[in-house]
Amino acid sequence: MQEGKVNGMPYGLLAEFASPETLTAAIRRVRASGYKEVDAFSPFPLEDAALALGAEDWGVAMAALLGGICGGAAGYFTQYFAMALDYPINSGGRPHHSWPSFIPITFEMTVLGAVLTGLIALLALNRLPMPHHPLFAAPRFSLASQDRFFLCILRRDPLFREGETRRLLESLGPVEVSEVAA
Amino acid sequence: MKAEDIPGRPPLVAGSLSYSDVTDTIASRVLRRGSPLGWWAGLGASFLLLMVLLFAIAWLFLRGTGIWGINIPVAWGFAIVNFVWWIGIGHAGTFISAILLLMKQEWRTSINRFAEAMTLFAVACAGMFPLLHLGRPWVFYFMLPYPDTMNLWPQFRSPLVWDIFAVSTYFTVSLLFWYLGLIPDFATLRDRARSRGARVTFGLLSLGWRGSVRHWHRYQRIYLILAALATPLVVSVHSIVSMDFSVAIVPGWHSTIFPPYFVAGAIYSGFAMVLTLAIPLRRAYRLEAIITARHLDNMAKMLLVTGWILFFGYMSDIFMSWYSADRFDAYTTWTRMTGHYRTAFWSMLLINIGSVQLLWFPRLRTSPLFLFLISLVINVGMWLERFVIIITSLHRDYLPSSWGLYRPTLWDWATLTGSMGLFLFLFFLFIRLFPVASISEIKKLVHESGREG
Repeated sequence: MQEGKVNGMPYGLLAEFASPETLTAAIRRVRASGYKEVDAFSPFPLEDAALALGAEDWGVAMAALLGGICGGAAGYFTQYFAMALDYPINSGGRPHHSWPSFIPITFEMTVLGAVLTGLIALLALNRLPMPHHPLFAAPRFSLASQDRFFLCILRRDPLFREGETRRLLESLGPVEVSEVAA
Repeated sequence: MKAEDIPGRPPLVAGSLSYSDVTDTIASRVLRRGSPLGWWAGLGASFLLLMVLLFAIAWLFLRGTGIWGINIPVAWGFAIVNFVWWIGIGHAGTFISAILLLMKQEWRTSINRFAEAMTLFAVACAGMFPLLHLGRPWVFYFMLPYPDTMNLWPQFRSPLVWDIFAVSTYFTVSLLFWYLGLIPDFATLRDRARSRGARVTFGLLSLGWRGSVRHWHRYQRIYLILAALATPLVVSVHSIVSMDFSVAIVPGWHSTIFPPYFVAGAIYSGFAMVLTLAIPLRRAYRLEAIITARHLDNMAKMLLVTGWILFFGYMSDIFMSWYSADRFDAYTTWTRMTGHYRTAFWSMLLINIGSVQLLWFPRLRTSPLFLFLISLVINVGMWLERFVIIITSLHRDYLPSSWGLYRPTLWDWATLTGSMGLFLFLFFLFIRLFPVASISEIKKLVHESGREG
């Protein structure tokens, strides 16, 4: 925290809450006050809090859909190319383009493509891996993966005013409000 | 079923746990220094079995598949029996982690993590066998479609090639699903670890997970999508395994009941293995508050359900061999019942259809000792099922001049027991180095049940 003061530019203000319900209520209040650059942290997923934050995002789903389509198409056309064009052999009198027997591999490749792109999208959209982050330096932030719930208003939010923002956070029933060094 | 408790039945999370109790119960096992003597004993014993496996494989590589009992006509022996057995065991892990998640069966939460680990290790054991069975395992890549200088392609119309895609996709997806679930728990461990080494290791493994609600939102979404994809995947994998047999015209294999019957059998044997692992684990690790009597009861019911589907499969198989008026098929069924391998056939029926009926008694469904014993018996029964399907069908086919017998050798048995060593060795490492149940999901369950204390 001391370094933050030296720079005069903290990363943001962090409020700690004891329960998911107070966190969700706090998010609603903070958002209603017009703050946009807000993030919340919890040890397990909180769907209400995510919706209150306006975090609704279909990115990973879209990526998985696209990856599945590409994977399936690649799987099918590899088989078509190999069996019907490049290396046509008569197997039990079946046509070279014997599509029903291409279905299993097409399906497997669809699943593989969807899973891989979905996970890559998850990491990319969440900007992970990110081994270092200013929040990790906040003394009590390690409780965000244990049993506490945090709300952070980032300094880069246009409405951020040291005293005023702190007073808002303190009015929301937190356990503690602290400054996070940049 | 919601997270609320059903009156008159044991709760999903016993007593009132606080969030930090959940972390303590699970994370302290990973972070403590030293390991209990029992763990070392188990690891040591499974390590010895693993050495048996490596020895058997080394000898196989030196001498070739002739050291096994396989020959013409029974060219598929223990290697394929073990392959089907292991991969079937793996399927219950995916069933628990994906299908039960989609069906909002919250009781899965305590057991999904180690069931997924079981899947991974079982699929690793399974995947090894077809490669060993190749005879020349170093050219296994011939089965993959790559632009080679010989201008050849794999035969994509063959279920054996489908199998490669199915099993490798299944392994990859299971591994990623498991790791995805572990990321938030690694972050919890990182934040609790005292030693710098553990902090750095778990920090890297957690990818810098901060628990941001925005991240959780995407995480939840992709977790559900993965579950939705893994659900048909698990069905497809064992269906394709069954087609390795049913697409062939060998009497006793050529049957359309095979895919559903194999899938049910896989889940049946997998739940038996989950019980085999869960019961000693919850006792040794004092996890009774997390893996409760209700979990055992539910798994026992799953055994009963899948056991009955299996019964339908057996009966349909027998009925069709009569109703089809195919003399060869009828003969295969008859020789299964009365021929050289009749003991295996009748033991299989006795175990898989008979013994499981004891689970109608509620008292037995909640007795850990009884469930442990019956799960061991069912594991054996399901291995026998694959033995009966594979060996008896091959040893008597169309021409009496090509009939023969199969006798497993010492090396067959060594490879089978050795693969159990590999499985258990990996599992012992897992329970020491990883959180055995999902910390974040159990906290969510505690939150939803409103009984945080």
